[in-house]
Amino acid sequence: MSISFDAVLGNRPQLLALREKRSEILAANLANADTPHFKARDLDFSRVFKSTMPQPALLAHTQAGHFAPEQPFFGAQLKYRNPNQVSLDGNTVEEHIEQAKFAENALQYQASLQFLGGSFNELRSAFTGQV
Amino acid sequence: MSSLNIFDIAGSGMNAQTLRLNLIASNIANANSVSSSKGEVYRARQPVFGAELKNVIDAENAASKVEVRGVVESSAPPIMEYSPNHPMADKNGYIYKPNVNTVEEMANMMSASRSYQNNIEVMNTTKQLMVQTLKMGQ
Repeated sequence: MSISFDAVLGNRPQLLALREKRSEILAANLANADTPHFKARDLDFSRVFKSTMPQPALLAHTQAGHFAPEQPFFGAQLKYRNPNQVSLDGNTVEEHIEQAKFAENALQYQASLQFLGGSFNELRSAFTGQV
Repeated sequence: MSSLNIFDIAGSGMNAQTLRLNLIASNIANANSVSSSKGEVYRARQPVFGAELKNVIDAENAASKVEVRGVVESSAPPIMEYSPNHPMADKNGYIYKPNVNTVEEMANMMSASRSYQNNIEVMNTTKQLMVQTLKMGQ
């Protein structure tokens, strides 16, 4: 019987990459907090997560006129944020909300990191035969 | 590795806010620089920020940096003051004061320094996360 790394790790590496991508987008929102007409964006986690799961069946994309099936990873899944209060210069970044989301995402990143590290520890104990 | 991108993005934000602080310092420092003609008088300067659109088309790298598009001078008219005894007065007895609103500049300064701090926080958090990632599995 062989040990498959992919089976042990599951979707945890992708989850970590997703958290990292989201923190990049939130960092860009915060950096552009004073940029006129900048629209704050975010990743829709549930949609992205669904698209990283194995798809039962995808529509074949056989002709140029066909609509492309949904992007496999988080490329096109960015959504614009609906601001609670609109600012006069057309900027939709609300710093307190972005800060909260950034902190939340940092925590989720740490959680994903813990789970991934746990998987490696499991593998290590399997290799060495010691618990 | 995209977290290095975060440092770039936060860095661009800090860069833009530093320029803004510089211009505010210049405006406040020159708030009382009197001149004897309308053309020579100091005018308040403001930066123009824009989101860098280079990466927006490429959906995988959608996060955009801040770029400084330029510095504009305020078009508000300078303050004319009748003061015939002033050494800088023109032949009609007027001196010209800059159109700098000090209160506005102070509020602007606070906003700039808060935004700068925000970017530093983003950098610090990302740095911590990266250190933890490097230690993964140890």
